[in-house]
Amino acid sequence: MTGNAAPEAFELDGVCKRYGNLLALDQVNLGFPAGTTTALIGSSGSGKSSLLRLLLGLEWPDQGRVKVDGRVLQPGEVLELRRRVGYVIQEGGLFPHLTALGNLALLPHHLGWNKGRIRERAEELATLAHLPANALERYPAELSGGQRQRVALMRGLMMNPDALLLDEPLGALDPIVRHELQDVLKQIFLQFGKTVIVVTHDIAEAAWLADRIVLMRHGKVVQDGCLEDLRQRPADPFVTRFVEAQRTLREPQA
Amino acid sequence: MRRWMIAAWMLVLIVPSLRATPIRIGSKQFTESVILGEVARLSAREAGIDAEHQRELGGTSILWSALEHGDIDAYPEYTGTLTHELLKNVAPDADIASLRAALKPLGIGITDSLGFSDTYAVGMREDQATQLGISRISDLVAHPQLRLGFSNEFMDRTDGWPGLRQRYGLPQTQVRGLDHALSYRALSSGAVDAIDLYSTDAEIPFYHLRVLDDDRHYFPHYDAVFLYRLPLEKTAPAFVNVLRKLSGRISEDAMRRMNAQVKLRGEKETAVAASLLGVQSDGDGTGLWSRLLHRTLEHLRLVLMSLSAAVLLAIPLGVFSARTKRLGQVIMAASGVLQTIPSLAMFVFMIPLFGIGTWPAAAALFLYSLLPIVRNTYAGLTGIPPDLRESAAALGLPRSVRLRRVELPMAMRSILAGIKTAAVINVGTATLGALIGAGGYGQPIVTGIRLDDIGLILEGAIPAALMALAVQGLFEGVEHWLTPRGMRIEARQ
Repeated sequence: MTGNAAPEAFELDGVCKRYGNLLALDQVNLGFPAGTTTALIGSSGSGKSSLLRLLLGLEWPDQGRVKVDGRVLQPGEVLELRRRVGYVIQEGGLFPHLTALGNLALLPHHLGWNKGRIRERAEELATLAHLPANALERYPAELSGGQRQRVALMRGLMMNPDALLLDEPLGALDPIVRHELQDVLKQIFLQFGKTVIVVTHDIAEAAWLADRIVLMRHGKVVQDGCLEDLRQRPADPFVTRFVEAQRTLREPQA
Repeated sequence: MRRWMIAAWMLVLIVPSLRATPIRIGSKQFTESVILGEVARLSAREAGIDAEHQRELGGTSILWSALEHGDIDAYPEYTGTLTHELLKNVAPDADIASLRAALKPLGIGITDSLGFSDTYAVGMREDQATQLGISRISDLVAHPQLRLGFSNEFMDRTDGWPGLRQRYGLPQTQVRGLDHALSYRALSSGAVDAIDLYSTDAEIPFYHLRVLDDDRHYFPHYDAVFLYRLPLEKTAPAFVNVLRKLSGRISEDAMRRMNAQVKLRGEKETAVAASLLGVQSDGDGTGLWSRLLHRTLEHLRLVLMSLSAAVLLAIPLGVFSARTKRLGQVIMAASGVLQTIPSLAMFVFMIPLFGIGTWPAAAALFLYSLLPIVRNTYAGLTGIPPDLRESAAALGLPRSVRLRRVELPMAMRSILAGIKTAAVINVGTATLGALIGAGGYGQPIVTGIRLDDIGLILEGAIPAALMALAVQGLFEGVEHWLTPRGMRIEARQ
């Protein structure tokens, strides 16, 4: 566990985060080795989303340290960090006043890419995300929920980032689209081969997308392992309850 | 070296333009004052002096402060107003010599009486007065049943009804407050038996009224005079001479007649003044359309100047308020307080800072425009869903780029609505600019109210309403054009 382990892309070191009286993260120690895919699961309010936001410098810990590539994250470095980390949220977070392409172009345009290069990259990602090419010219309000989420994912991948952070990326979609997009995500993660952290409350989705599952509750890590660990060697009764509850939801009553 | 050259050139250019400034005569917002202003202007013209008359600038306080600040050079005033309202430490019955001494330290000169006094008086119907044998105010004591109707101002002033009742020991108990414009009609219809009036009112001969003799000398003297800036005695002695020569030229009867010609027979002040002086009138021969065009340009200029300045300041203030909530509340509260200042007061407050004319009016309108724009900018920005704001931050865009490319476009609709509100309010409020010499659609409204001329009022009110509608329509278009398409369409789900 120590010594010459692979460098951690992200690391939380005794991190606490409070919102008023709510302790969203309570003494969390967690590392995310470069090139791995991790799923953060847990019920709502367990602190998963706060954790992602801390990694991007959108929030700062009340206690403890956040490290990126082995160095403590400084406020002056967040812009540079955010540009090499893709971030996708539940509803996609697309800007309604820009077309899909306009949304994709925001950052590359600011960084001086020319139009041709931006379009080329967008079309490449559209193929990858199975987005119809003509959807690029549409406004978010003209896209379906699944298409919006594909565009959001493409926006996260636009700059070919080192890491991808996804916060309930499929949470708002209907089961069929969701299933379809799970495949797309899985394919992209495999092709991508970089650090991925995906937050979900669906254990099957977590198991499908990631090798490692971190189960959180009340701001603490309850268990950290693979799906088999959670099933066979639950760290406490909550893990079992969580796994059971999710399975009954997904299996039709026999 | 070059800078000096430029400065020198500017002097060469500016000095002649300063010298070319005509003498500016002001007048208050009632017929007699406007006629006197025209009398002064025409007399100056006859003497070969370039003079202009800024009509109907407003009430006493506006004219006085404009004279003090040198925005006008002269205006007609009354001695009673000087003793009772404008000057402290002078006796209520001070004569013109002592007023002259009191005005001198203020840099203001005063002519001798023009020949008439426009004082408060009490009037009755001639027939009723004859029947009851009343010719003096003290005769009223014997008729306690008479019903009195006094203007609201007269009811309240210390030199009005309370003092009058005390001085003469008047027993009447039926005393009503009336609007001055209505009191003549109330008197002639027999609804009241006596009213307060001004001794040169045009209506006195028209309604066959008797002005009761103030036998106990209660009312102060309101001798008409011209006030002028003392420096004129050196810079424009010829003009001061013209004003001085007007002393004693106008009798009370002549003034009453001139007022009647304008107010009751619809003659132009210029023509009436010219016939008094026996000179050629030069009334503006411009037709309705060119008057309208001129006023439209004046009005538009006021609205555009104030609005564009407000946009330039209010949007950054709104952005700032949305960022720093605490200070933002202070900014919003301050612009809210500005909004509560009555508009006329706001215009008057601007005079010491900007003088009279376009600038103070534009400044007042500017202050009024701030709140709607600041508030809507703030509302537009704070109304952006937090997850979208966070998405923009998470992209790694610097704050300024986020503001320009994401937040302002998303708030655009709200901001434009704020500018539209400000613009429409401005078109309406700008009509008050006429009271401080800014012209525009307010000018015919002010004159129309004074002359009780509905046609003239409509000549200002209708174009103002049309302009408000046009501005509204224009902004709907601009809103549609500037609101990003993606913000206008409904979401699919």
